[in-house]
Amino acid sequence: MKNILQILAAAALILMMTGCATTPVAYDYSAYKASKPRSILVLPPVSHAPDIDASPSMLSVATLPLAEAGYYVLPVAPVYETFRQNGVMVAEDAQSIEVRKLREIFGADAALYITVEKYGSVYQVLSSAVIVSADAKLVDLRTGEMLWQGHAQASSAENQNNGGGLLGMLVSAAVNQIVNQVTDRGHQIAGVASVRLLSAGHPSGLLYGPYNPKYESEK
Amino acid sequence: MMKNDASALRWLMALALLLLVGCAHQPVSLYQWGSYQDQVYLYFKGESREAQIQALEKDLQVMQAAHRPVPPGLRAHLGMLYAETGSDAKAQENLLAEKASYPESTTYIDLLLKKYQKQVALP
Repeated sequence: MKNILQILAAAALILMMTGCATTPVAYDYSAYKASKPRSILVLPPVSHAPDIDASPSMLSVATLPLAEAGYYVLPVAPVYETFRQNGVMVAEDAQSIEVRKLREIFGADAALYITVEKYGSVYQVLSSAVIVSADAKLVDLRTGEMLWQGHAQASSAENQNNGGGLLGMLVSAAVNQIVNQVTDRGHQIAGVASVRLLSAGHPSGLLYGPYNPKYESEK
Repeated sequence: MMKNDASALRWLMALALLLLVGCAHQPVSLYQWGSYQDQVYLYFKGESREAQIQALEKDLQVMQAAHRPVPPGLRAHLGMLYAETGSDAKAQENLLAEKASYPESTTYIDLLLKKYQKQVALP
């Protein structure tokens, strides 16, 4: 009995020492840290998914994680309208405008280029799942330099246990706010994918921005 | 023997407790979001602008009552909705509020103010 308890105690101690440690990543943040962007322009997402909702859905859930990370996020719908009113009707065209021009019109420090890879139901043998996956690139609009890139996926089939902490809280917040009014499963899952993709404070994720008290706390 | 068991058990419980609380630093959200992101989605889906204005005005009241900062973009979005429904004064008021809270928006808000005032094409 005593031995078992000692082993358990030792195991708990080891778990405690390793539990909170984030895995070291070789992600190179040097350009990002030098750039210090304050504001982010989210360009209309390019979508490779057949569902026409994919791009507007992803665009409408991008603001929450970026703003919670500490950035000023330009209002996505007015920005979308500005593109349309100037003849830029498709996301591919918006994403190929030169950075100098984007900076001049919107005044943002950086732009986020999102590509939606999957959006919607994937039918498997025994069940179907709603999957959303997306890539994102953060580019400095003053220099054209790429500051960060990432990828994330979310699925209705996974266990929606987000492990607490800030990321878990943001995921619940994103999901809860969508559940209230929009009963659209793809859009709910897009909210989760967006939080995973665009939150700060996890390995290989975005850095905190100036509105977050943890700004410049990352090593 | 019994005593050792009891002390090991106490240790174990203390460690378990530490383990449980160790990683949970109080997560604090910077903003209240109300239904802002939903309203953006409903905007793209072409739903009623008036209903979106009502929902966002209600959210704003809740945020102001709780003395919480309004999330980036909300006032500009509301300004756009007012401009689209012909309430120019309300549009201007909200765009100016966005600019006052977030000076990073100045370049773009000035462009919107000019556009909504004159309804001219951008350069």
